[in-house]
Amino acid sequence: MSHTPFRVDDLRRILREGAGADETVDLEGEILDTDFDALGYESLALLETGSRIEREYGISLGDEALAPHTTPRALIDAVNGELAPAPRT
Amino acid sequence: MTEAVVTGLGVVSPTGLGTREFWSATVEGRSAIGPVTRFDADGYPARLAGEIAGFVAEDHLPGRLIPQTDRMTRLALVAADWALDDAGIDPSQHAAFDMGVVTASTSGGFEFGQNELRKLWSQGGQYVSAYQSFAWFYAVNSGQISIRNGMKGPSGVIVSDQAGGLDALAHTRRLIRKGTPVIVSGGVDAALCPWGWVAQLASDRLSTSDDPGGAYLPFDAAATGHVPGEGGAILLVEDAASARARGVAGYGVIAGYGASFDPRPGSGREPGLRHAIESALHDARLTADQVDVVFADAAGLPELDRVEADALAAVFGPGAVPVTAPKTTTGRLGSGAAPLDLAGALLALRHGVIPPTVHVRPDPAYRIDLVTGAAREIPLRTALVVARGYGGFNSAVVVRKAEPS
Repeated sequence: MSHTPFRVDDLRRILREGAGADETVDLEGEILDTDFDALGYESLALLETGSRIEREYGISLGDEALAPHTTPRALIDAVNGELAPAPRT
Repeated sequence: MTEAVVTGLGVVSPTGLGTREFWSATVEGRSAIGPVTRFDADGYPARLAGEIAGFVAEDHLPGRLIPQTDRMTRLALVAADWALDDAGIDPSQHAAFDMGVVTASTSGGFEFGQNELRKLWSQGGQYVSAYQSFAWFYAVNSGQISIRNGMKGPSGVIVSDQAGGLDALAHTRRLIRKGTPVIVSGGVDAALCPWGWVAQLASDRLSTSDDPGGAYLPFDAAATGHVPGEGGAILLVEDAASARARGVAGYGVIAGYGASFDPRPGSGREPGLRHAIESALHDARLTADQVDVVFADAAGLPELDRVEADALAAVFGPGAVPVTAPKTTTGRLGSGAAPLDLAGALLALRHGVIPPTVHVRPDPAYRIDLVTGAAREIPLRTALVVARGYGGFNSAVVVRKAEPS
């Protein structure tokens, strides 16, 4: 997919704004494949994060995209999947 | 019977962050009452408050806690850290189910709640923080202290306005007697925001004076109400035997407690406060002449001041016991007031000093020995703390100085 408007830095910003950051985790480091639980975010933090993404980007995310065992990469892919223009038929 | 002893104090007062700063300001009678700065109060009938200056939550708490906490919870978490540290207790070294948390609350996280309600009505439900689900809630201070420190023993919250600050300590003692050796107790409120302000204005008990030295004058003929404030104290309470086992005598024992509820207004029956005080003395197995000092509720309204002064005169005899109201330096702190008074009383016992009531010229008609002007140095062994809550709650606690082990 060449069109990826939602990037890891967008996620980092929204995580910080909505739920803060754990001092023991380097959010600026390689986080794409570490699950959210290990990054210090519980289900409510992900609910808040999802809600902020949804309202900022005007999309709707499913529950699976925001489960604690998912990774930033999976969430970013899910967001970009929603943002991608619908295929022409 | 098992005794409950206070072994740690965590103070977040308008007059000082930390016990040392608070106690020196209290003994010297330095008042923190001034114009409201936390929001624009110009358009409101009451414009003075006891605010905590210089508290930067980010200096004390992890970043993950900031977006999910009201100011009162941040203050309570830091006060709990200080109380644990003062007691010399590292919670990671104790069994999780041997530690509980019982705090009092008056309003909950009003400032957080107001901000989220504003988003709800101006932007829509999608904009309300997920943390609103608990950040406003009465029990949130207990919950967050419990989570931060890994305390899984019996816990809860008591909501009975200012009386709750003592009721929480009474419930703490109950849980210690039932076998939980360590309880974090006390109360912190911080509702200095427009929503909290109008809620308090509705009581019709706030002073509308703009004079910081003349707005809150309990037991003075010029009394016209009180000034609200923010803060309180968190107290670490332990089973005295287990405290002794680790060589800690603590500040003082929660020796007695009594509570009552006022009769229906207009019934003509005697208010309940005297009964609460007498119950506390009876529970402590003390006679009135064995009480060395009283920390008064000090409502600052003539009718309520008269009820309290009459109860004290009936129990102790007119002018027979020194009475003080250091809350004249902080304003009334909701659920934080009585725990802060308990901290003050325990420090008074330790240092043999009764801190003064500031700004007040006592009306002799009240027939109480109000300590005004300067602090009074006098050996102290026991103190009575009185607290009343809006709606008829009366509570009294007797603390006894801990004997060095």
